[in-house]
Amino acid sequence: MSTRTLPLVFINLGGEMLYILDQRLQAQNTSVDNTEKGVWSEKDRKRVMNDIIGTMFSKAFMDELLKPQQLYSHKTMKTVLTRLAHTSIMRLNPASMEKLYELMVMAFKYQVYLCPRPKDLLLITYNHMDAIREFVRDTPAVANQVDETHRKLIEVYAPLSEGEFQLLRQTLLIFFQDMHVRVSLFLKNQIQNPNGRFTLTTSGPVPHGGDVPGLIRLFSVKGREVSRCEFPSGGSYSSAVREGSFDLHGDRVLRLGVNMYTMNHPEETHTSRNTCAQPDDVPNLLAKEELNLLARIMGSMKTVPVHTTEGSFRLNLFASDREEEEAGTSGGAQDFDVINIQAMQDEQASAELARIAAQFAEEELKHEDQGSSKGDELLAMMDDL
Amino acid sequence: MFHKEKSIQIKNSASALYNNLSVLRIAPRRLTYFTVVHANVVNMVSASWDGLNYSHRQLQSKEPNVATSTSLIMQAAFCVLPSRELLVVTSQKGIQMYESDGSIMVYWHALDTPETPTAQAVFARGIAAVSENYVCVGVSSGAILVFDIPSKGSNITLSEVLEEHKESITDIAAECSGSQECVANLVTVDDGGSLCVWKSGEEFQLLNKIAGLDISCSSVKLWKGTVVAGYGSGQIRIYEAVTGILQSEINAHARWIYSLDIAPFSGLLLSAAEDSFVRVWHLSVTPETNSVEVAHLHNECVTDTQICGAKFCDGDGYAFAVTGYDLSEIIRYTQT
Repeated sequence: MSTRTLPLVFINLGGEMLYILDQRLQAQNTSVDNTEKGVWSEKDRKRVMNDIIGTMFSKAFMDELLKPQQLYSHKTMKTVLTRLAHTSIMRLNPASMEKLYELMVMAFKYQVYLCPRPKDLLLITYNHMDAIREFVRDTPAVANQVDETHRKLIEVYAPLSEGEFQLLRQTLLIFFQDMHVRVSLFLKNQIQNPNGRFTLTTSGPVPHGGDVPGLIRLFSVKGREVSRCEFPSGGSYSSAVREGSFDLHGDRVLRLGVNMYTMNHPEETHTSRNTCAQPDDVPNLLAKEELNLLARIMGSMKTVPVHTTEGSFRLNLFASDREEEEAGTSGGAQDFDVINIQAMQDEQASAELARIAAQFAEEELKHEDQGSSKGDELLAMMDDL
Repeated sequence: MFHKEKSIQIKNSASALYNNLSVLRIAPRRLTYFTVVHANVVNMVSASWDGLNYSHRQLQSKEPNVATSTSLIMQAAFCVLPSRELLVVTSQKGIQMYESDGSIMVYWHALDTPETPTAQAVFARGIAAVSENYVCVGVSSGAILVFDIPSKGSNITLSEVLEEHKESITDIAAECSGSQECVANLVTVDDGGSLCVWKSGEEFQLLNKIAGLDISCSSVKLWKGTVVAGYGSGQIRIYEAVTGILQSEINAHARWIYSLDIAPFSGLLLSAAEDSFVRVWHLSVTPETNSVEVAHLHNECVTDTQICGAKFCDGDGYAFAVTGYDLSEIIRYTQT
C-alpha cells in the first residue's frame, strides 16, 4: 500500500496528543510560578510543548519520516509517540500512554473517515500544523522548524494525484480498522454512536469538485445533451463550498483537524473501550523490519534529559482531583471507566528511558557491523518496554 | 423494491478497498461463495441457498519469505471461465490463484518489488476473466498482465503484458452479456480515469483509449458493448466501448464510488459509494441505434457505513450483497 503515510500519521497523531496535553496542562494551571510542588506553571507548560514540538519537527526526525516506507504497527507507533512525549519534562506511565494513544487514534480515525476528498487529508494535517505553530509562536527557533517541515510537506505531497491520496487514505483506514473506542466528547457531539462507530450524515455540502447527486443526463452521438431527468438521492445535499488553502498559511475551510478540546470541558477526554479484542493483541510478526525503523527514528531524537534535582510533578491527565474521588466512589451504571492518568516526574523511569534511548543511539552506530543477532537484541529490549 | 435479508457474519471486518466483494453462484450444489478482503486475509464464506449452512475459510496473502513484512491484499475476485473457476487474489507482493473453493493454490506470480520502498507504491489490483482462457490482472505501474489458463491443472503462464496505462490500474472488466458479437470484450481503467478497450486473443488488440479527466475511475463494467464507469467524484459515466462516445452522465453519489455491478440478464445496475448509499438502476442498450437509457429504480442507505463492495448474487439481479468498511457482515437484499 502507500509508502507516504508516516509523516501524516505522526503530525496528525502528534497534533492530537498536543491538543490533549495542552488542555490538561492548562486545567492544572493553578500557580503562576513553579515554586509549589505538584503544580504545572505556565512556564512548565510552554516548556513541555516546545520540547515535544521541537523534537517532532526536528530535521533529523522529519527526514527519517519522509523516506518512502510502509506504515507499521500500533506497537511501534505507540513506542515512538511515548518517546516523543518523554522528550519533555513530563512523564506518563504506561496506562496513561495507552489511554492517550487511544484518544489520539480515534480522533485521527474520525478525521480520516470523514475526510470529504482524499486530498483533504492535507488540509487536516495543515490544521494541526497551524495549531502547533500557535503553541510555539513565542519560540522562533521551533516555529521556524514547523514552517520548514510544512514547506517540505507541500513539496512532497503536492504532486500526488487524487487516486494516490485515496490509496494513502485506504492504508490509514486499514491501520485504524476495528478500533471503536468510545470518546465522551464524540458521543456528546453525536459524531460517534454508542456502539463506537462514527456517524455519517446524508446531508450537507458535497466535496469540492463534486456534483449534488440526483441528475441523469443522456447525450447524442454528437455530444449534445438530449435529455435530463432527476432522481431522488435519499439525502439532502448542497453544492460544494469553496476550497481550502494548501499553502503555508491560509484559510483551510475544513474544520477537521482543529482543536476539539477546550478548557471548559475536562470530561471530554474520557474514553471507554468495548469488550472486543483490540487489534493490537495480534502478535506482530514483522518485528525485525519495524525495529530497524524504530532504531532509526529513536536515534534521530535527542536523548531524554534526566532531572534529578527537581521534585515530582504529578499530572492527572484525565480527571481533576475531585473527579478522581468521585469516579472512585460513584456507583450505578458506569458507562466510562475513567482511568486516572498519572503523568509525573519519575526519576526511575527517566533513568530507565535514558538507558534505552542511549542504547538505541549506540545500536544505530553499530548497525552495519552486526547481522541478525541485533534484531534479536532489539526484540528483547522491546519486550521490556 | 428490495428488502433486507438476514446478514452473513464474517470473521473479520471489510477493509476500505475498491470492489471489496466477490460472489460466485454454484447452482449444482445450491451454494453461493462470498469473498471479502481484510488487510492481509481473504474471508471466504460458503452459504447454502436454504440459509441453513455457512462455512468459513480464510486465505492469507503469500509472503515470498518469512522475514519480509506482511503483504496487504488489494482485491480478491472469482474468475469464471468455460472450463473452470478460479479465485484470484492480488496483493503488494504478487498474484495468487486458487481453485474456486480456496482449497488449493494453483499459481503464484511475484511482482518486482524493490529492495527499499519507493515513493510509487507497488501492488496488483484489477482482476477479470476474459473469453475462453485468459485472466487479466492490473499492476500499480499501469501494466496489465495476461495469464493463459489451461482447462485444468496448474500450468498457468504469463502470456502477454499490455502497457498502455500510465497510472495504477484500479479495475478491469470483461464483456458480461454472453454475446459473441461484441468486438470489444475487455475494458481496463486507472487512477487517472483513463479507459482502454481491448479485444482479447493471442495478442490483445487495443481498440480504443478514452482519456481520463484526472478523476480516478474506481470501478468499471462492460455490457452489450457499453462501458459503465464509476468515479471518485461520485459520477457514473456510460460510454460506447468501441467508439468512446459518452452516452450518459449520472451525478449518482455524493462521495467516492467503490463498486459497480451489472446483472447481465436484466440490465440492472448496482452502484455503491462511501456516502453510505447503494443505488439500483435499470440500463437498456439498443446497439442498432447506439442508444442507451438509464432509469433510477431504488436506493438503500446503509446507515453510517462507507460501502466498499456491492454485487448482485445472480444474473437477473434478484438479490444483491453489500460490504462496508469496518463491518463484519455481508448485508443482503432481495426483491420483494
